[in-house]
Amino acid sequence: MKKFMMATAATALMAGSAFADGHQADVKIGIILGFTGPIESLTPSMADGAELAMKEVTDSGLLLDSATVTPVRADSTCIDAGAASAAAERLVTADKVDGIMGADCSGVTGAILNNVAVANGVVMVSPSATSPGLSHNDNEDNGLFFRTSPSDARQGVVITELLMDQGIKEVAVTYTNNDYGKGLADSFQAAFEAAGGTVTINAAHEDGKADYSAEVGALASAGGERLVVAGYVDQGGSGIVRAALDSGAFDTFHFPDGMVSAALLENFGTEINGSSGAHPSPSEELSTAFADHVGGAFDSSSPFTPESYDAAALIMLAMQAAGSKDSNDYKEHVMNVANAPGEEIGVGELAKALQILKDGGDIDYVGATGVELVGPGEAAGNYREINYDGGVDNTVGFR
Amino acid sequence: MDLLNAFVALSNFVLIPAIAYGSQLALGALGVTLIYGILRFSNFAHGDTMAFGTMATILITWGFQAIGISAGPLPTALLALPFGIAICAGLLLLTDRTVYKFYRQQKAKPVIFVIVSLGVMFIMNGLVRFIIGPNDQRFADGERFIISVRTFKEMTGLQEGLAIKTTQGITVVTAVIVVAALFYFLNRTRTGKSMRAYSDNEDLALLSGINPERVVMVTWLIVAALATIAGVLYGLDKSFKPFVYFQLLLPIFAAAIVGGLGSPIGAIAGGFTIAFSEVMITYAWKKVANYALPEAIAPDGLAQLLSTDYKFAVSFVILLIVLLFKPTGLFAGKSV
Repeated sequence: MKKFMMATAATALMAGSAFADGHQADVKIGIILGFTGPIESLTPSMADGAELAMKEVTDSGLLLDSATVTPVRADSTCIDAGAASAAAERLVTADKVDGIMGADCSGVTGAILNNVAVANGVVMVSPSATSPGLSHNDNEDNGLFFRTSPSDARQGVVITELLMDQGIKEVAVTYTNNDYGKGLADSFQAAFEAAGGTVTINAAHEDGKADYSAEVGALASAGGERLVVAGYVDQGGSGIVRAALDSGAFDTFHFPDGMVSAALLENFGTEINGSSGAHPSPSEELSTAFADHVGGAFDSSSPFTPESYDAAALIMLAMQAAGSKDSNDYKEHVMNVANAPGEEIGVGELAKALQILKDGGDIDYVGATGVELVGPGEAAGNYREINYDGGVDNTVGFR
Repeated sequence: MDLLNAFVALSNFVLIPAIAYGSQLALGALGVTLIYGILRFSNFAHGDTMAFGTMATILITWGFQAIGISAGPLPTALLALPFGIAICAGLLLLTDRTVYKFYRQQKAKPVIFVIVSLGVMFIMNGLVRFIIGPNDQRFADGERFIISVRTFKEMTGLQEGLAIKTTQGITVVTAVIVVAALFYFLNRTRTGKSMRAYSDNEDLALLSGINPERVVMVTWLIVAALATIAGVLYGLDKSFKPFVYFQLLLPIFAAAIVGGLGSPIGAIAGGFTIAFSEVMITYAWKKVANYALPEAIAPDGLAQLLSTDYKFAVSFVILLIVLLFKPTGLFAGKSV
C-alpha cells in the first residue's frame, strides 16, 4: 500500500508537470473515515476498498484526459463533529479535492455535509451512514450527497413487503430503546400502516435486564400474528424472544439486521421455526466477485468495504460521464451511472465503463454491492431474506 | 369458557410471574429485615451478597456439570446450593470480623454502618465482576417446563395457553420451605428466641446472659443462606448478571420497608405487594378484558396504566405512599 501511495504520488507529480498546461490532469478524491475512534477497526479496509477503485481507474488511463486519481486520507473520528469538519475543510481548501468518499458515521457525515460539502459545493458519497435523517428529500444538500448504504427507513419498507407477501397483516413491534431501534420501529410502523397493515403495539424494551416477562405480557395482550424484534441479539432482543416463547405469547418473529446472527440460532434453534428475517447483504455472487478482485490484498468481507469501493467508483464514473471533475457538473450524473438503463458494470470493470462513457454510451453500475440509487441518492440496499426452519437460516432470496 | 380463558391469560402473564418474583423479593427482603432488626442497620451490600452467593453456586454447578453430576429433571444448581451458601457465609463472617465488628465495638451510629455497608457493597460488587465477569450467565438445566403452553392447550382445549416453568415451581416451593423453617427457628428454638430478645432490647438481652457475638454470627449465617437462596432462585428463573443483582437492591428495600423493617412477616407481605403492583400496573389488560367483559364495553386500546419502562417507579410510588401515611410499614416494624 505504501509503495502504491508513493507510486501514485510520484505519478501525480510527473503528471502534474507533464500536463502543466492541461486542465484536468489530476483528480484528487478525499477519503474521510474514522481512522481513530469507535470504528477504527473497520476503516482501514474501507479506505483500501476505495483506493483500489482509484488505482483501477488510474491504471486504465481512460478517465477524462487520462488523469491520475490521487486519494487523500483524513480522519473523521466517527464521533467528533468539530474535528471531522476541520479535517474535511482541510481536504477541500488545502488539498483541493474534487470529491469526498465519506464520511462513515451518520453524525459526522451530517456535520461535514452541512458545514463543508454544501458550503463549498463538493460531492460527497458516504459508504456507511444509514441514519434516515440524512435523506435530503427537499434537496437541502443541493444534490451533493449520496450514499451506497441503505437508509434504515428503507429496511422498514423491506420488512413491510416481506410480511405482506406472506399474508401477515397484524404485527406487534418491540424495539431496543435507542436511536437505531426507535428509528427502525417508527419507519417500519409508518410503512406497514401505509400498506394497509396494523401495528397493534410499538413498545420499547431496555437492554441488559434479566427479566422481560412484563414487556412480553403487554405485547401478548396487544396480540398480532408475528412479533417484530428491532433489538440486538446479544442484548434484550434475545431476552424478549425467550420470554415470548416461554409464555406462548408469540411463536413466530421477524428479525431485522440487529438480530440476524449465528448467536440467534445458537440460542433458539428450532424454537423459532417459521420466523422470518432480513439484513442488508450483497448477494453471494457479488461478494465472491469482490473477494476475487481484491485477491487478499485486504479484508474484502469487512463491513462497508465493498460499499467504499462503490462509493469511490461512482464519483469517478460520474466525472467521466460529465466530462468534468467539477462537483457542480458531475453531481447530476451520479444517479445516471448508478442506475439502468445501460450496460451493467461489475467489480473490476471500471476501465470498460470508462470506455463506454467516453464513447457516449450509457452504463448501469452494479459494482460490489449491486448499487441501485433511489430517492435522494441513497442505495436501495440489497436485503437477504431469511426463513428459519429446522434450526438453520435459509436464504429465501434478495430484495 | 370466556371467563376461563380470561383467568388463564391472567395467570400466565400476571399471577404466575408475580408469585415467582414476589417469592424472590420476599426472600431477599427477609435478609434485609433480619439485619435491620438484629444488627440495626440497612445493609446496602445485600444485593451484592446475593450476587456473590449465586456466583459461588454457579461455579460449583459448572463443576458438577463437568464431572457429570445432575439432579435429573431438577436444576443441578439445587445440589450446589448448600456449597454456595457455605462460601457466602464464609465471606459474610469474614466481612463481619474485619469490618463490622470494629464499628460495633465503637458503638457507631446506624448511619455510619449504612455507609460502611455501602463500601462493602462496592468491594463485593468488584469481587463478583472480577471472578465471573460482568456478562450474563445461564446455569439452568434440567426440565424447562412443568407444563408448557402447547400441552396445556391440548389438555384443556382452551384458546389461551398456560406455562409454568420448572424454575417458577421450584421458587415457590423453596420459598415456602425456607420461610417455614425460618419462622420455626425464630419462634421455637432457643437461639431463635435469643435473637428476637436481642432485637427487641439489646441491654436486657445482654443482662440475661445472651452472648451477643453468637447472635451476630447466627444472623450472618441465616442472612447468607437467605441471600444465596434468593439469588440462585432469581438467577435460575431469569438469568445471572451482577449489575441486575445490584439493581435488585431497590425493590428489595422497598419490599422490606413497605412490610415494616424488622418484621419478617412484613418482609414477605412487602415482597408480594411490590411484585404484584409492578406486574399488574404495567400489564396491558386488553386481552383479559376482551374475554371477561361483554363486547359492548370491551376496550379497544391496550388498557395499560403505565408503560413497562416505569416498572421500577411503581415500587417507589408505593414506598412513598407507605412512608407518608404509615412510616412503620404495613406490619408495624421499626420506623425509618
